[in-house]
Amino acid sequence: MLKIHQLHKSYAIGDSSLHVLKGIDLNVEEGEMVAIMGSSGSGKSTLLNIIGMLDEADSGEYILDELPIKNLTEKKAAVYRNKFLGFIFQSFNLINYKTALENVALPLYYQGLKRKERQEKAMFHLGKVGLADWAKHLPKELSGGQKQRVAIARALAANPKLLLADEPTGALDTKTSYDIMAFIQQLNDEGKTILMVTHEEDIANMCKRIVRLRDGVIMEDKKVNQVRAEQYV
Amino acid sequence: MFKFLFDRDTWQEVFDSFSKNKLRSILTMVGVWWGILLLIGLLGSARGLENSFNRLFGSFATNSVFVWGQSTSKPFKGFQEGRQVSLSLTDAKKVEENVEGIEFLVPRNQNQASVVRNFLSGNFGINGDYPLLDQVQKKKLIHGRFINQNDINDNKKVVVISEDAYKQLFEKDEMPIGEYIEINKINFKVIGMFENGNVNMGPTSDMHIPFTTFQQIYNQGDQIGWMMITGKPEYDIKQIEEDAKLLLKNLNKIHPKDKRAFGSFNLGKEFDKVTGFLIGMQFLTWFVGIATLIAGVFAIGNILLITVKERTKEIGVRRALGATPFEIKRQIVVEAVFLTIVAGLFGIITGGWILIGLDAAFGQGDDATIVNASVSIGVVFIALVILVILGTLIGLIPAFKATSVKPIEALREE
Repeated sequence: MLKIHQLHKSYAIGDSSLHVLKGIDLNVEEGEMVAIMGSSGSGKSTLLNIIGMLDEADSGEYILDELPIKNLTEKKAAVYRNKFLGFIFQSFNLINYKTALENVALPLYYQGLKRKERQEKAMFHLGKVGLADWAKHLPKELSGGQKQRVAIARALAANPKLLLADEPTGALDTKTSYDIMAFIQQLNDEGKTILMVTHEEDIANMCKRIVRLRDGVIMEDKKVNQVRAEQYV
Repeated sequence: MFKFLFDRDTWQEVFDSFSKNKLRSILTMVGVWWGILLLIGLLGSARGLENSFNRLFGSFATNSVFVWGQSTSKPFKGFQEGRQVSLSLTDAKKVEENVEGIEFLVPRNQNQASVVRNFLSGNFGINGDYPLLDQVQKKKLIHGRFINQNDINDNKKVVVISEDAYKQLFEKDEMPIGEYIEINKINFKVIGMFENGNVNMGPTSDMHIPFTTFQQIYNQGDQIGWMMITGKPEYDIKQIEEDAKLLLKNLNKIHPKDKRAFGSFNLGKEFDKVTGFLIGMQFLTWFVGIATLIAGVFAIGNILLITVKERTKEIGVRRALGATPFEIKRQIVVEAVFLTIVAGLFGIITGGWILIGLDAAFGQGDDATIVNASVSIGVVFIALVILVILGTLIGLIPAFKATSVKPIEALREE
């Protein structure tokens, strides 16, 4: 599903350059749930951004679902992001003047769907995250956990092949974190491929595979026994 | 693109982003509103002034000139300088026959006289006139008629009086026509009454009597006070004035270069000055209005630029969700154009109110300084088109700014 080969990325800082990713090799199969771990500066966010087509690698191969991702124009990248990827952010990134329903419907808007169809689909996904009753509420009227659920519903709305989560529980308390994780696990059970960046061990252990990065290289890549989050809820 | 413009979602997005920031949006619009308000207000007032000038000059043929005799300033053909020059009917006839481009030539005479009616009296300017005067200096008759050829032929003792004279000599609501008034102890029958004009060109003219009657009672002979010449529209009145004066100098044995022998007042020249002033004022109005408008549009661009900066993260999120750069730019341009148009429409409406106010304050009555202050639909349309074009252009700047940031950097923004 996802193939990365010898991925390099460096950032220019003044006159010198910072080599952030130093040859990453990573294969992710469909239905996997992978946690990317590492201390800050290890390159885990950069890797996620490249996979999310928000950033481009300097060299190396990146193939998503048989499709080589290379030399994308902004427009093409936007279309691919819309079609293949769902994003979940640490700070939710909901648009604060739009209701929950409108937020969820946004990727569908950019897909060019008709208004009615968008509303229906968005409502369905809001229902899935258990927030159908909160459809008309603005983000500021929702709790952190609810906001993240709306964000997840939004990520799912366009029915992406791959769900990318950047510290999805980073801004939540433990109980809410497990709540969200239980939900993400459930999505994975249904067959969604999920890739998440985290620095919390307990969250990582709720995935099926942990990839550890240090100084731009993969230190460790192991399958783990998934800890189910439901038991803590 | 058209489908996009008529899409409900497009406007939903625009309204969402405005309702989020009402105060900012309103402040943004103030600049453009003010600009268009000034443009409409100034243009309307300029038009009003122009109308009022036109009304003032309206009763006169503007391509006319008055010529009268003064005294010579150069000795010529044995005559010493300082000789009094007076015009005669013969002169008038010669000028009319020989100078090219004359439409009408009206010889006139005037004198002051005391006028008595019953127990009321007053001192008035009495004019000896031909019926032709009515063609050149249109009299608005309230009652009766102006002098006609019969009056001239028979030296009739009839008089056409002004409204002012009427007010002095008659009781309120009294019908003047057919009544007699005494001018220089001679009875005259009132045959007409005219409205006082707004501007008195030349000597005051309270009463008009037949030219021939005037000649008779003042024993004027062939002499005339002054002549009023009107040029045909295709001829230059200044040239006619020069030609006529040269001919008159020739007829009266006056040095051709004597500048003081004849006095004249060229209405065409004066009118040109006023017209030039009005054109200048209109130009100034457009200049000020459009400059203010541009400044206002720039203010919108400026604020949108700040807005875009504030919304960097939102734009980043939208792009992560699959908005193409074009979609983002389009949205911002539409917002800019929408803001300018709404502000512009408010400006046009309030500008209209100002014109209504001006009309109420200065536009009423006969001596109004601003008459029918208004702006044509064409001007409003042009202003709107300019607004749309400027709004689009100015919207492009923040639009490109918005998409110049990489989505990854936009998302990192806090």
